[in-house]
Amino acid sequence: MLAGIDLDIRAGEIVAILGPSGCGKSTLLRQIGGLDSPDTGDIEIDGSALVGIDQRCAVAFQEPRLLPWRSISRNVEIGLARGTDREIGRARVAELLGLVHLTGSSDLRPRQVSGGMAQRAALARALARGPGVLLLDEPFGALDALTRLRMQDLLLDVHSAEPATIVLVTHDVDEALYLADRVVLLGADPADPGAGSGIARTVTVPGARPRDRADAELARIRSELLAGLGVPSHHGAGSAASLAS
Amino acid sequence: MTSPREDSVERGAGSTDATSRPASLLQFASSYGYSAAGSALSLRGGAARGGLGRDRPGWANALIGAIVPVLLLVVWQVVASSGVIPTYRLPTPLSVWQAAVDLSNRGLLWPDVEISTQRVLLGFLFGSALGLIVGSIVGLSRWAGLLFSPTIGGFRAVPSLAWVPLLILYLGINEDQKVLLILIGAFFPVYTTVSGALRHVDSHLVEVGRAFGRSRLSLLLTVQLPAIVPTVVSGLRLALAQSWLFLVAAELIASSLGLGFLLKDSQDNGRIDRLFVAIILLAVLGKLTDAIIGLLERYLLRRWT
Repeated sequence: MLAGIDLDIRAGEIVAILGPSGCGKSTLLRQIGGLDSPDTGDIEIDGSALVGIDQRCAVAFQEPRLLPWRSISRNVEIGLARGTDREIGRARVAELLGLVHLTGSSDLRPRQVSGGMAQRAALARALARGPGVLLLDEPFGALDALTRLRMQDLLLDVHSAEPATIVLVTHDVDEALYLADRVVLLGADPADPGAGSGIARTVTVPGARPRDRADAELARIRSELLAGLGVPSHHGAGSAASLAS
Repeated sequence: MTSPREDSVERGAGSTDATSRPASLLQFASSYGYSAAGSALSLRGGAARGGLGRDRPGWANALIGAIVPVLLLVVWQVVASSGVIPTYRLPTPLSVWQAAVDLSNRGLLWPDVEISTQRVLLGFLFGSALGLIVGSIVGLSRWAGLLFSPTIGGFRAVPSLAWVPLLILYLGINEDQKVLLILIGAFFPVYTTVSGALRHVDSHLVEVGRAFGRSRLSLLLTVQLPAIVPTVVSGLRLALAQSWLFLVAAELIASSLGLGFLLKDSQDNGRIDRLFVAIILLAVLGKLTDAIIGLLERYLLRRWT
């Protein structure tokens, strides 16, 4: 499904992986996290190769995936590195719950909280071990539009408090441009569509965060990226393009 | 930025407690132009109805549960004392009670109850522990499943009584032989439910466990076993029922003490009143131990779901 992916990510960088459904962007993320393994090629973190599930990575999925029989704080606890001292662990969980604004909900069960709160708990869980690489698989995809915007701001706050390298898979172009230093667009080579998806293009997003969601420069890149995804921003041109392909 | 204030708003939308519901329903109703007062009124009515139905005290439920046994007792007394069925076939409740008191006064009842309960508890404990372990291995490992589940299924098909002669030959007539038979009885329900349920644990949750460094035993203990707690408990309940079943099988065939022996002895001596005593005691003890597991179930379900 994926072929010829060659990507270097700087420490502390936020990279968004963008691509159409089924292009393998989640697979790429799962391979970085060690949940799947690539057929060929290597993945290295700080120069050492990744073997199996690497404890320097932490994942948050599209669904919160909290254990329903544990309270919010006990769910965050799962993310701690094995063998963490009890007291240190408890303090860390409390600190993270504060960071994602869940201090008052630490004793609630997952079914008692909203989707946005559950997703924040999942984010805290992923941060618990102080990961070098934070892998986010469409983490806000299942949230309503307003909650999603708030979560994006929260993620930026979290990143400035805990500057991990973040790889974010998304199909939301605006989200990618708002959050990322670089946007990697995955897609099949038009000349050889059977070979699998590769990196169609890489865009370095201009401007420092926090960015203006309505920035004109971002709007121009946005329509370029949308065209790259096969959805040109003008509908008329779009139908012509899809007929041609 | 999400402020703490927004936090509480979100919690209101997500929680299911009754206080949050009127607010959101009210908003819903007023946005569609209904009378807010009207919907508030109907909600109050709904809450009151719910309270009446659910909050019946425990003793009231127990009273309702006692209706049928008391009725049975009355019918029994009427039929037995009417002479339609001769008393050597159907003793009166009173004579059964007297037989129980008589046995108890001569110190012949309590030892039977004690040893039978002990055998059941030991066999149930070891059998369900073994069922949990073997069930976990077969349920989690594809290879163990392919290798062992047909064989274990075959052993499971052997009727309880068929084991008795073999166990007597191997172990002799003693406590080990009886406890082992009960262990066999308790093993299979737990084994079957655990191995079956572990195959269907939400793979998303298992993946979370793996992603955060859990594997094998720690994955089993943090994710897989807690996820199947309700199934495990119903397996334990079945196992307990099986334990009493296998106890009677063991004691009927070869024993000198226990409720099964009391059954056999009463049959041999034509003491039908004592037969009834033994049967009623088995019913009471079975129900009592099942109720204890029921309490455990309620505790576990409150804690785990």
